[in-house]
Order: sequence, then structure tokens, then C-alpha cells
Amino acid sequence: MTAPGTRYILICSGKGGVGKTTLTANLGIALARQGVRTAVLDADFGLRNLDLLLGLENRIVFTAQEVLAGSCRLEQALVKHKQEPNLALLPAGNPRMLEWLKPEDMQRIAAMLGEQFDIVLIDCPAGIEDGFKNAVAAAQEAIVITTPEVSAVRDADRVIGLLNSHGVQPIQLVLNRVRPKMMANQEMLSVSDVTDILALPLLGLVMEDEQVIVSTNRGEPLTLNGTKSPAALAYNNIARRLRGEEVPLLDPTKAGRGLRAKLGRLMTTKIF
Amino acid sequence: MTLRDFIDKLLGRQPASANVARERLQLVLAHDRSDLNPELLEQMRREILEVVSRYVEIDLDEGDVSLETEDRVTALVANLPIKRARPLAEPGTAADADPASASSAPAGDGAIATA
Repeated sequence: MTAPGTRYILICSGKGGVGKTTLTANLGIALARQGVRTAVLDADFGLRNLDLLLGLENRIVFTAQEVLAGSCRLEQALVKHKQEPNLALLPAGNPRMLEWLKPEDMQRIAAMLGEQFDIVLIDCPAGIEDGFKNAVAAAQEAIVITTPEVSAVRDADRVIGLLNSHGVQPIQLVLNRVRPKMMANQEMLSVSDVTDILALPLLGLVMEDEQVIVSTNRGEPLTLNGTKSPAALAYNNIARRLRGEEVPLLDPTKAGRGLRAKLGRLMTTKIF
Repeated sequence: MTLRDFIDKLLGRQPASANVARERLQLVLAHDRSDLNPELLEQMRREILEVVSRYVEIDLDEGDVSLETEDRVTALVANLPIKRARPLAEPGTAADADPASASSAPAGDGAIATA
């Protein structure tokens, strides 16, 4: 089904609004900047947004549907990023042709992308229905993204179960919107709470960061212009770990040096 | 227990919400993963107790059947304190099931022999 040597990575969460598309966009740019030929496939064709986060919304002419139908070549449908030519976007389809795509179609598109790219990131739609089944058909490995909230973790657990039954391997975890202060005060699920419950290796932690909103406003992912914001650093580190580099993970509650952080650590120490 | 939990308890405050979140999640995930709703679990619990009490006399008030989850593996855990073994037509089977209760149960006790 897929070209040898190319990695097909599904980015999914189950719950909507936890940061799948933002991660796909930032990770795509970060990988491209590190010299990896990267394609981002927007599998969410009902409500597609990856084009918007990448600032490519005005440049889409064709989609994977036209490629599969033979009415255009893959090159015509791929939207190359101007500043980062290693990155190309392919929307799976448009909302008007909802019933059109099937899991086999996604596999065919994935195989075609494999001829030109080292990594294909597949932005999965929220939910666990047909859109998910389409997206997972094209994937070999997965990144599950969640936030330290009960609803997001519960949905992530559901998705992990489905990924396991589809034989997707490895599955790694990204914990998004971490608030170190709340974690230190034990008013937010800790990193180990989430990794213990979901039993997945942690690929990265992304702190809550206002710059993410600023960057989506502009259609310029944080990883594009080398900003030093905490989220940008996190996304770059995720890209490096994904490529096999050893980059240490920071424990957000141990990062602070102030009195508050020290007190927080004291309060979470197990006494018996 | 952490220092924070201890102070909360001392002052009679609500525990930190992260603990509540963790406990609620663990419970709901145990059910999600086993695809058992609480009603079905309750029915299964009753049936298990029924079967077990055919062989041994169990303490129904102390008995507990629940789902526990660790590392994505969900286990059905039954904790059924045995008062005594019921005398059976084949005494070997019941006595082997729980040596502790077998020793406390006098042999041939009672007249409720299963036909």
C-alpha cells in the first residue's frame, strides 16, 4: 500500500479542539526546516483548516479527489509552501463531495505521496467515525495529542484502542496546553497522570502559549520564523524526537526556580 | 498521600481537583475499555455471586466485584470473603477452591446437601 522508506504518521485526538491541526502545521514546518521532505495531508475534508493555519488557503486549486479521479496530476494538487519548499499541503477533498472518499482512496493517495516525500503527516478529523477510518487507513504510526482534561484524555483513550485494533504502531503522545502553575498546585492532571492512564510514551509537552493564537491569526506557524516562544521550542523538539534524536523532556512542575515552584514541589511530595 | 492532601484533610478542605480528575478518569476508562455499562456490571456481579455461593457461603455485605485498570489492561477483580464451604456431593471441588475456608468449615456441617 505504501512506498518503502516513507513514514506515514497520523495525528489524531478523538476530541476536537485539542490542537491536532496546529500540531500538524507546526510539525510539518519544523520537519521541513530540518531538511525532511514533508507532506501534510488534510484528511478532514468536511471541515478543513490546515490550509488556513499554514497560510495556504488561497492557493488550493485541486484536491486528492481530483487526483484520484484522474482529472489532474498530483503535482497540480500539491500546494508547496513558499518559504519552506520542503513542505507541501494536499487537501483530501472538499466538503461538497462528502461520500466520495473511501479508505482505499486514502491508501492510494498515501502511496503516491510516498514517491516524493520522506514523511507524510495525516491530519485526522475529530471523532471516530468514517473520517477517522479513512485517515487511519493511510497511516502506519500515530501521534495522539491530548490536553490534561478529563474529556480529552477519555477520548484519547478511545482513539488509542481503535489505533491498536488497526495495528498502528508506534503510537506516541503529545500533551498540549500544559499549565505548569496549575500542575504544581495539583489543580491540573499531571504529566505522569496522563502518561500512566494512557500508557503511551511521551513525544512532547507543549505549554499553553498565547503566541499560538497570534501565529494562527497570521497563518504563519510558530516554527516558521524561528520565534523563541515556549510552544515553538516544543514543536521543534517534537520534530527532532520524531526523527530519532534524543531531546530531554522538561518536567513543567520542576522547571521553576521561584519560591512558588519550590513550594509546589514540596506539596506534591509523597509523605506516606 | 502528598503533603497537600494531608493539609487539605487537616483543614477539612476539598482535595485538589487533579486527584478528583484522576480518580474519575480511571473509573470511567475502566468501563469504556471493557464496554460494560454499570447496569451490566451489576448484573454480572449478581450472577457471579450467585454461582460462587452455590459452592461456598460468602459474605455478601463484604463482597466486591469491580473493574480495575492498569497500563491499558482492565481486570475484573472479585474479592469475596468466604464464610465456609458448602458441603457438596463431591467434597473435593469446594474444599480445593479455598483452603482457608475449608479449614474453618467443619466437615459435613449442615443438612443442606445439594441433590
